[in-house]
Amino acid sequence: MKKKNRLQLDDNGKLKHFLTIEGLNRQMLIDILDTAESFTSITEQNIKKVPLLRGKTIVNLFFEASTRTRTTFELAAKRLSADVLNINIQASATAKGETLLDMLRNLEAMHCDMFVVRHADSGAAHFIAQHAAPHISVINAGDGQHAHPTQAMLDMFTIRREKGEFHRLNVAIVGDIRHSRVARSQIHALSMLGVEDIRIIAPKTLVPTEPDAFGVHVYHDLRKGLRDVDVVIMLRLQKERMSGGSLPSEHEYFQLYGLTEEKLALAKSDVTVMHPGPINRGVEIDSEVADGPRSVILQQVSHGIAVRMAVMSMAMQSHLTNTSGGAR
Amino acid sequence: MNAKKSDISQAFDHVAQKLRSTLEARNIQDPIMIGIHTGGVWVAQQLHLQLSINEPLCTLDISFYRDDFTRIGMNPQVKPSSLPLSIDDRHIILVDDVLYTGRTIRAAMNELFDYGRPASIILAVLVERDGRELPIQPDAVGLHISLQTGEQIKLQGPTPLTLSITRV
Repeated sequence: MKKKNRLQLDDNGKLKHFLTIEGLNRQMLIDILDTAESFTSITEQNIKKVPLLRGKTIVNLFFEASTRTRTTFELAAKRLSADVLNINIQASATAKGETLLDMLRNLEAMHCDMFVVRHADSGAAHFIAQHAAPHISVINAGDGQHAHPTQAMLDMFTIRREKGEFHRLNVAIVGDIRHSRVARSQIHALSMLGVEDIRIIAPKTLVPTEPDAFGVHVYHDLRKGLRDVDVVIMLRLQKERMSGGSLPSEHEYFQLYGLTEEKLALAKSDVTVMHPGPINRGVEIDSEVADGPRSVILQQVSHGIAVRMAVMSMAMQSHLTNTSGGAR
Repeated sequence: MNAKKSDISQAFDHVAQKLRSTLEARNIQDPIMIGIHTGGVWVAQQLHLQLSINEPLCTLDISFYRDDFTRIGMNPQVKPSSLPLSIDDRHIILVDDVLYTGRTIRAAMNELFDYGRPASIILAVLVERDGRELPIQPDAVGLHISLQTGEQIKLQGPTPLTLSITRV
């Protein structure tokens, strides 16, 4: 973990790569949220762009399918005036036998400045950051079951906008925690930002093997776990888990762990309902809740753009360090 | 060295007076005042009152438009710009604390044009110092000052507003 920390930050302690929440201090997370906040005013402009990363080339390297994450990264890069290249790896040269490192060298030879990486293997973004040329920044857009740090930060951004502060909040994460990179990153971010009561609510088969290491409270009963929570984060039930035998049927899952208005009534009256998307209506969340007044699911998507703009511009500035002063 | 309090209020009177006569000469009725973060907003707050401007005060943070981002990086304390009204075909009074190289004003104008197409822009500054690097001149100035190379004038605030000159 120390090594990861060193890799993510440059010699001046600035963000260079954004691979995981682990190893980043509270101030860094707050700087990301504050910078994202300032990017939200851009949507008021007729021309929704700032010239910050003009002339930079950002490559979306997606080894795993994704619509929301890729499009919001692409929009974020475009709103920063960067040029964006989307590479869908399933259909590219690695499928023809080119190694990952050879592909990286080729992209470097095209003078790219940043890689946004999504990969099914844990540690993939970390590996690329280790082997990329020194002028390149790497952003993790989800690696295996390890981390999805920009998703976690946009969720923190949403919570801060809804609730103001992190202290004294009760936050529940419901669903397949064990296999979820989103949950892992959320738990690290919530605890670094000072949330006192983090609850995970899941069937026994979907709880991490070492929940104590995360400092969370584990519930197997949704009704008990929801009592008095301020924020409930629903996770998508990955249907592929169903065949692995760790779950009963969708119908039974919805009965036990699906969020309905009736169960939500056990939480605080001003509870905020979140979901990283895509949602499975009638599996982990009832339509009435997803479309209801407590749901901020679509705000999360908008916030994703501002947060990704913040992370990309912060990471990009680190390798441009030349401390000659600015002038007014 | 600190400028006296009376110098500052005198400077405010000068800018306000010059702005009034400029608005009158150009026959501008209902301008929008925009202060540039952070010092320019403090100056604009006071001018907004002194000139009894109807439209709410707007603010601009030019951090994302600076031409030296790649050299000095981003200030994590960027404040959101607040321009809730349309500036299309409106007359703008752009306010900053100190006019020096002119680069801030260039950045501010670039940002403004991403919000719309104003009818005109008037530039008002509390202090104008020598050292321009771009062809940008103010329309209303409170105080002209000449500094040695290496000297810097800075407005401190918000209350009280003070001007200080430092060597860097």
